[in-house]
Amino acid sequence: MAASTLLLTKELPTLDYSATTERFDMTWEAPLSTLLGLGRAAGADFVEFFLERVNYISCLAEEDLITSISPKLSTGAGVRVFLGKADCYVSTNDLSFNGLKAALEKALSIMGLSLPSPNAYVPEIYLELLRDYAIAKGKDAWLDECSSIQEMGDILLATSDQLQKKGSHIQSRRAVYFRDWQEVLVAASDGTFARDIRLTQSVGCNLLCADGEHRTSNGLRDGNTSDPDFLRNWNYDHATNNVSEAAGNMLYADYVESGTYPIVMANHFGGVIFHEACGHLLETTQIERQTTPFIDKKGEKIAHENLTAWDEGRSEDAFGTIDMDDEGMPTQRTLLIENGVLKNFISDRAGSMRTGHPRTGSGRRQSYAYAAASRMRNTYIAPGDCSVEDIFNSIEKGIYCKKMGGGSVGPTGEFNFGVDEAYLIENGKVTKPLKGAILIGEAKEIMNKLSMCSQDLSLAPGFCGSISGSIYVTVGQPHIKVDSITVGGR
Amino acid sequence: MQVKELANYTSEIAQKLGIRKYDIYGSSADSTSVQVDRGDPKQVKAANRSTVIVRVWNDDQKVGVTTTTDVDPKGIELALSTAKEASTFGVTEYAPDFSPEATKPLPEVSFERFDPVGVPDLIERLVGAEKEILEAHRAIASVPYNGLSQQDIDRFYLNSEGALREEARTYAALYLYTKTEQEGKKPRSAGSFRMSHGLKTLDVNGCVKEATEKTISHLNYQKIPSGKYRVVFSGEAFLSLLGAFSNLFNAQSILDKQSLSTPDSLGTQIASPLLSVYDDALHPENVGAETFDGEGTPTQRTPLITEGVLSGFLHSTGTAKRLNMKPTGHANIGAKVTVSPHFYHVSAAQPAQEDYTLEDAENVVFIDDLSALHAGVSALQGSFSLPFDGWLVNKGERISVDSATIAGDFRDLLKSIIFVEKELELTPGGVCPRIWVDNLSVTGE
Repeated sequence: MAASTLLLTKELPTLDYSATTERFDMTWEAPLSTLLGLGRAAGADFVEFFLERVNYISCLAEEDLITSISPKLSTGAGVRVFLGKADCYVSTNDLSFNGLKAALEKALSIMGLSLPSPNAYVPEIYLELLRDYAIAKGKDAWLDECSSIQEMGDILLATSDQLQKKGSHIQSRRAVYFRDWQEVLVAASDGTFARDIRLTQSVGCNLLCADGEHRTSNGLRDGNTSDPDFLRNWNYDHATNNVSEAAGNMLYADYVESGTYPIVMANHFGGVIFHEACGHLLETTQIERQTTPFIDKKGEKIAHENLTAWDEGRSEDAFGTIDMDDEGMPTQRTLLIENGVLKNFISDRAGSMRTGHPRTGSGRRQSYAYAAASRMRNTYIAPGDCSVEDIFNSIEKGIYCKKMGGGSVGPTGEFNFGVDEAYLIENGKVTKPLKGAILIGEAKEIMNKLSMCSQDLSLAPGFCGSISGSIYVTVGQPHIKVDSITVGGR
Repeated sequence: MQVKELANYTSEIAQKLGIRKYDIYGSSADSTSVQVDRGDPKQVKAANRSTVIVRVWNDDQKVGVTTTTDVDPKGIELALSTAKEASTFGVTEYAPDFSPEATKPLPEVSFERFDPVGVPDLIERLVGAEKEILEAHRAIASVPYNGLSQQDIDRFYLNSEGALREEARTYAALYLYTKTEQEGKKPRSAGSFRMSHGLKTLDVNGCVKEATEKTISHLNYQKIPSGKYRVVFSGEAFLSLLGAFSNLFNAQSILDKQSLSTPDSLGTQIASPLLSVYDDALHPENVGAETFDGEGTPTQRTPLITEGVLSGFLHSTGTAKRLNMKPTGHANIGAKVTVSPHFYHVSAAQPAQEDYTLEDAENVVFIDDLSALHAGVSALQGSFSLPFDGWLVNKGERISVDSATIAGDFRDLLKSIIFVEKELELTPGGVCPRIWVDNLSVTGE
C-alpha cells in the first residue's frame, strides 16, 4: 500500500504493510515514507531509518584441522531523529512496521516529542526512486557466488600445510577467513532512499615459532570488497612465503634500543601512521569534540610540502571501498592534504550540520547498532618523487619499519603504534632484525617530519575501531621517511 | 525475551528438523545512554536488542553453531537449520559436549535491581558532572569524552536435556575524560570511570573528583630521561597488563599452544612469592557478577597464582576434560569454545622484606594507566612496550611524565615484584593493590 498525503494517524492500525524481509526493495517505500512522515509530523527536523541484514561466516584452521565454522545471521534497524543540532539514535531487532514505529516513538520521546494525535495528518515524505547500487552493479548474486564452506576449509588447510612446510621451530600455525555480506537500506526525511550490498572478505595466516626463550609471532592478512572469487583466487603460496620468511628473520631478533631515530616506513600497512596520526584528526567528530589540533587549519600548511594525502571510497576492491555511505550518500574521492596544505575534512551528516564542513560520503557504522559518524575509507599518502634507495641512503642510523602493528590516537593528538617487523638501518643499508619497537609521537609535530615519499604506493586492509564501531578501511602509502620519532623499546 | 517460551518453541522446531541435541546461550539488553557537550545533550542512544547462539549436535556428535539476532520462531528455525548444516564440518576430535554442571544449583547471589530513570534525568546528571569538572580548574577546557548509561540485561542458557538458567541485572555506568588547554603547553587529558547497579548508587561525585584531580595533577609535566626505573603500577594499570597476558592461565590457549604456559607449567614459580591472583566472578565488588558461564556451568573463585606459583587455569567443560580437571565456569560458547576471565582479585601473599610508600620513595615512576595495549603487547612473546599516564615521584612530590613508554617482558616483571600494597583498588576488571616492580625500562628522552 502506498502512503497517502491524506493519511490520518488513526488509520495507521488498519494499514497492511507487507514489506519483504528476504530483501530490502521497493516494498519498503510505503512503510518507511509513512514512518518518516510520522516523525516529521511529531516535530522532528530530520528523521533517518537504517535497515540492515547480515550473513557472516568465519572459518579457522589450526594445524591440520578446521576447528571453527561460525555463521552469524543478523537483522536490525536504527532510527535517528534530529531536533536542531541535537540527535537521538534508537536501534532494534524488530523490523516489523510496529517494531520500527515503536523505535521511532522512543526516539521522539527522548527528544521531548510525541507521535501526532489520532486525527492528525501524516505528511507524505516523497522518497526518491530507490537508488539501488546492488542491482546497478549486479551484487544480488554475490552471496551465492562466494566460496562454499567446503572450499573455505580446503583453502585454509592447504595454507596451514604450506606454513608447516616452509617454517621452522613452529609452535602453532593458523589460517583464518571471514566473509561478511551486508545488505543495507537507508530512507530519510530529505527523500534519500538507497540500497546497497557489501561483500567484505578477509583471509590470512599466522605462525608462532619458538626456540627456547626466543619466540616470534608473525601474520599476514589480505582483504577484498566486491569479488566473490576472492578466496578462490587468493595466492596462499605468496602469503605463506612472506610469513615464514618474516618469522625466520624475527625469531632471534634483538630488542630495539629505545631512543629517537629517523625511520623508514614501508609501503602498504605502513600507512597506519597517517591513519592514526592525521586521518582521525580530520574527522568532523574530532572537530565537534575539539580534540583535533587542525580545527581551524583548512587552507593552511599542516604537513611537509612533499606530502599529499587522500581519503576515498572508490578504489576498486579495496577494503574501505563503498558505493554509498551508511547515510545513503554516494561515496567520494576526498583530497585531504595537498603539498602539505589542509584541503578538506571527512564529514558525515551530523558533522556537516555541526561544523559546516560539507558531507563527503563518509558516514559509516559497524552495524545498525550504531549511528553513523564521520569515518575514513581508503586513506593513503600519495606517491612522491623519490626512489626507495634515495630514502634509505639518506639515513646513517635509523630503523626500517617493514611491518606495522596496530595503533591509536588519544584526545590530545598523541599517537602510538607497534612495529611487528623492524630492522636496523646502518649507512643506508638494512642490517639486523629488531623487535619490541613502538613509535610514539604527536600528530602536529610528526606531520612536518614526513619528508620523503617514494613512488611505490601500496594499499593494505585494516580494521578501524571508533565511535561508530569497527569498520573496514584501507591504509596505504609509498615508502616514506620520518626525520625523527621516539621509538620505545628496551 | 520470554526464555521458557523460547525453550518450548525451540524444542518443537528441533523435533521438526530432526535435531535431538542442542543448546542455546543468549541475552537481551535494553539500554539508554547520553553524551553532553558544554551543557547541552549531544547524542542520546537507546537500544533493545537480543542475540542468541545455537549449537546443534548431529548424529555423528559433531557440532555446528549459528548466531542470530532474530529470536522469533522463524529466526530460531533458520538458526537451528544453519547450525545443523555447519555441523557437517564440526570437529571429531575433542568435540564440545554439555557441561555436566549445567543443572547443578547456582550460588545464591542477590543483586539490587533498579528501574531505569528518564533520559532528562540522565542528561541532568551528566550536565551537572561536566559543569563541576569545567569549573574545577580554568585549564580544563572540555570533557570531550563523556557518557552516562543504564542497561537492563537478561541472559540465559538452556539445552535439550532440560537445563535452563537465567539471570537479570541492571547497570549504570559513567565515564568522564577531560582535555586541557593552556597557552604554550601541550593539551593534557585524564579520566575516570564508575559502574554500579543503578543510577541511584552510582558514585558520580567520586568520578568527577577523580577525573578532576588526575587532570590537575598532569598540568605540570616534564620529560624524563630514558633508563631503568623502579615502577609502581596502579591497580588498574597492573590489571591491564595481567589481562593482556591472560593466556598464561587460559586452558584453551594452552591446549592450542597459543600461550606462554604449557600444561606442565602448573605448580611452577612464575612470579614473586609476594603475589597471589584469583579470578572470582562472585567477588562482592564485582558489579557485573555472573553466576553461570556460556555452557551453564556455575562460576566460582578460581586460584591462578598462589604465592607466586601458577596454581590454576581457567577452564571450559572441554578443556577441563582434556586436562583431567573440573570446569571453572569461564566458557564462552561458539563453534570453538573460548575461555576468558571474569573478575581478578590480586592480593599480597606474603609479607615483603621491606614496606614501601610513595611518600618516601625516591625517583620512582608511578604508572596510573597504560594505553595502546592492542598495539604494544606481544602476548605470545611475553613482551610489551606501552605508552603510559603517570608521574615521577620523589618523596611524595609528583610531576606528570610527558610522552613516555614502558617496556619489558611480563614474565620477568612478575618475578621482579618487590612489594604488593595492601589497599585494594576497585576497577572494572577486578580488585588489585599497587604493585611495585624493580628495574623496568622507561623511554622518555
